[in-house]
Amino acid sequence: MDFLADCATNVADQFWAQTRNGLTLGSIYAMIALGYTMVYGVLQLINFAHSEVFMVSTVAALYAIPAFGVTDGDPATGIAVIFILIGVLLCCMAASGALAVLLERLAYRPLRKRHAPRLSFLISAIGASLFIQYLFVLMDGQHYLFPIRGIADPLGTPLLIIGGFLAVVAIGLLVTGTRRGEEGWVDAGTLAGLGAIATLILGAILVIKLPDILGPTPQSVPELFSTSTVFTLFGAPISNKRIMVVVVTVVMLVILDAFVRRTRMGRGIRAVAQDSEAASLMGVNINRVVVVTFLVGGLMAGAAGLLYQIVLGAPAFWFIGFKPGIKAFVAAVLGGIGNIRGAMLGGLLLGLVEAYAVPCIGTQWIDVTAFVVLVAVLMFRPTGILGEQVGA
Amino acid sequence: MTDDLLELQDVVVRYGGIEAVRGISFNVADGELVTLIGGNGAGKTTTLTTISGIKRPSGGTISFAGERIDNLPAHEVVELGVCQAPEGRRIFPRMSVRENLVMGAFARGSAKQADVDRVFDLFPVLKERQKQAGGTLSGGEQQMLAIGRALMSEPKLLMLDEPSMGLAPKFVEKIFELLGDIHSQGTTILLVEQNAHLALQIADRGYVLESGEIVLEDDAKKLLGNDQVRKAYLGES
Repeated sequence: MDFLADCATNVADQFWAQTRNGLTLGSIYAMIALGYTMVYGVLQLINFAHSEVFMVSTVAALYAIPAFGVTDGDPATGIAVIFILIGVLLCCMAASGALAVLLERLAYRPLRKRHAPRLSFLISAIGASLFIQYLFVLMDGQHYLFPIRGIADPLGTPLLIIGGFLAVVAIGLLVTGTRRGEEGWVDAGTLAGLGAIATLILGAILVIKLPDILGPTPQSVPELFSTSTVFTLFGAPISNKRIMVVVVTVVMLVILDAFVRRTRMGRGIRAVAQDSEAASLMGVNINRVVVVTFLVGGLMAGAAGLLYQIVLGAPAFWFIGFKPGIKAFVAAVLGGIGNIRGAMLGGLLLGLVEAYAVPCIGTQWIDVTAFVVLVAVLMFRPTGILGEQVGA
Repeated sequence: MTDDLLELQDVVVRYGGIEAVRGISFNVADGELVTLIGGNGAGKTTTLTTISGIKRPSGGTISFAGERIDNLPAHEVVELGVCQAPEGRRIFPRMSVRENLVMGAFARGSAKQADVDRVFDLFPVLKERQKQAGGTLSGGEQQMLAIGRALMSEPKLLMLDEPSMGLAPKFVEKIFELLGDIHSQGTTILLVEQNAHLALQIADRGYVLESGEIVLEDDAKKLLGNDQVRKAYLGES
């Protein structure tokens, strides 16, 4: 009882500050959640590598911000902030969008072509996620190009990776055999198996070589502009950074909503989500729709990554995508997977619930809340708050 | 009759190891209304989905207006002017009636108000329900929407897969009457039906499909009088 009473007083005390925090974080969850939900809509696939699409944005920010002349300790000021912000935002979105499209091409399309079972997609998603993470472990954030660590050993690491990969392919082919399937050279099970084995071996190599090649620490990203309080809402200071998050989110969501509802391609996406065969009978190029869907999801995740970085001062880091990624997945399911407005609602709701939980159970327990909320909601509404309405 | 618009030659379609269509050949000339009749599992729907490019034939050729189309992806077949109102109607359930129609014009680019109005003239009930979600329409209304949607692509060849299925008799008659109108306005039609009687009444020519093979072909009027057809498909003994 004491706990509940304390909780109520604390939440009441911090209500506006936590509402502010919740809406900021919730906006970011919502933007990532859109990528999960849209891809699910067209392919009924959970793209578990989406958290890496988000992560890449923070790495892009690490390179893009200095490229615009902003260095550590020397943030942009005045009107320049807006231009630099837009420039960096576009870079981050481009990086994430490109990775999302690449993922579709390399990790999913080969499986789709061969009519692989659902499970293969899941394995491929997890494999791709790990692969990208460890690829970025190899990156050294101190440099502005794309050097791989171990300069004393300039050929060793790449050779190790390429050699390892070839060995994996060879082993995979030996183990599974090369079969001429009905529609392809190797069948889907083989591919999925290869992916899994490749991931395991690459991971093992990385662990063995870890002391040499790991980009060991999170790289802090230069602050784009400095924080200042713009106004106070019932005693809760609202900073320029939080306002920026809300503005960027609202703009992106409005553009997305208009794109999906009003444009020809948007209609194509919804048609594929509702009935993909009927859509192709109407002349919709399914492959193009899938690529655009991944691209749009990637662009949103890219924007979210930069906002997350700016507002929380998060570092560029190979593992940075995990938590926001999994939370956004929860948000998408919470709102009703496949449902675009559900993802927006689920994201905001999850952000708020987490924020209000902070005064009660403390920040160290916060990650539990997301899943408790998910379980609680799914018990009563198994298809999420707005329901699983693919392509609505 | 002019050149063949659609020509199938020895087309074979397999599902796994099973041959659903076993080397059929037929043609539809420009301006004709041709019907493909046959019972359940005869391979009618498979034939249409194969022409549309959803399913790949494992043998034979399909040409449209003199061009091979059996290797084209489905959306390119539609772009050439072959559109179908598929079996089971396949309306987009959460799009409005109007949006469903606009989707029909997807391959052409954009739909003009005049195009939508033309379909509304044909099916006035769709105009009344234009803001309603497609999934909330009755079966007959959905069939009209499916036909209207296919017409929105301004097809050179309109294919219909069992438009009478699951509909009340008065709807069936109405739809067949409209099909006759659409045909007399110059659209070439390939009509797949189980209801042989109705189909043969409006068709120029007919083919009878049985277990994936064409067993009979003739003028529609002659097929209507054919003993074999009367026994098997018209329920007469």
